[in-house]
Amino acid sequence: MRNKTWWIAGLIIALALTIVSPLASRLPDGLERVAEDQGFMHLAWDSFYEIVPGYVPRGLHSQALANIVAGMIGVLIVFGLSFGVGYVLRVRRSDGETGQP
Amino acid sequence: MIVGATWLMPVLSPRLMHIPDGFLSLVTAGMGWALSILVLAYAVARTNRQLGERQVPLMGVMGAFIFAAQMLNFPVAGGTSGHLIGGALAAILLGPWAGMLVMTSVVAIQALLFQDGGLVALGANILNMAVITCLVGYSTWIWLQRIIGDGAWKKMAGVFLAGWVSVFVASLACALQLSISGSSPLKIALPVIGGIYALIGIGEGLISVATMAFVTATRRDLAESRPRAKLGE
Repeated sequence: MRNKTWWIAGLIIALALTIVSPLASRLPDGLERVAEDQGFMHLAWDSFYEIVPGYVPRGLHSQALANIVAGMIGVLIVFGLSFGVGYVLRVRRSDGETGQP
Repeated sequence: MIVGATWLMPVLSPRLMHIPDGFLSLVTAGMGWALSILVLAYAVARTNRQLGERQVPLMGVMGAFIFAAQMLNFPVAGGTSGHLIGGALAAILLGPWAGMLVMTSVVAIQALLFQDGGLVALGANILNMAVITCLVGYSTWIWLQRIIGDGAWKKMAGVFLAGWVSVFVASLACALQLSISGSSPLKIALPVIGGIYALIGIGEGLISVATMAFVTATRRDLAESRPRAKLGE
């Protein structure tokens, strides 16, 4: 598969994964479970601000839809950020390709 | 609690190893920032010398995939859930330094945009989930390849173990930070957190293997390229 086709497919897979995010387990996760069991959950502060707290954008009443929208926004932003970091730092020499004969 | 509105509680919890503000003392959080910034500066320098053009989109895709996969909590024993962290996977595919930068992007966006993990604690969260998972996962992977060889199945065993070890060691670091901060005594935090993440690590290993198998099947060149960003080189 060509490089561009592959990474576009990869991005689509990541976006598609967010569609099943409402099915994810709602059980407390590792650290949260420990904090509850050991009684230090109350130490947590409120956030300084809220943009999309808890992966639920404001104004979306269906939590499932909200999770999906938040997930897709996040996926695109993280894609852009990590792609951007790589783009800025990449070796520009033609022989700079790693893993290339 | 963490973010005001209680009606959203099921999804507003601090998630897997994403330490919220308040759990760590300011000194511990500050040490987390200092260590992370030091290692990340080195990671930027290494990536700047080694990252091939072809790996740039792979960095984007890995970031996108890991962010999405981190939303997918799976249940583990005892009414607890876990999800992929992905540091070992990113390090195996991109090398530890570029992998670390991808993981930092994921963890930073989670904290800045989604209030998942605290802002003061972000340095420690980057240290645990980006720096430690990538360095430990990658070292384990390289070390295992030397010992057991790199046949197809051996390679997948290596990916699984790298994933498991990376999560387990990161959780021990998290327990250590909580105890230094006085939130939970070490003799409780270490076995309890380590125990839970020893289970969650199995999920990490399995998802890492599945992803690696997919990359190997579709792009053997990416799965087999030896990023020159080896440790200590």
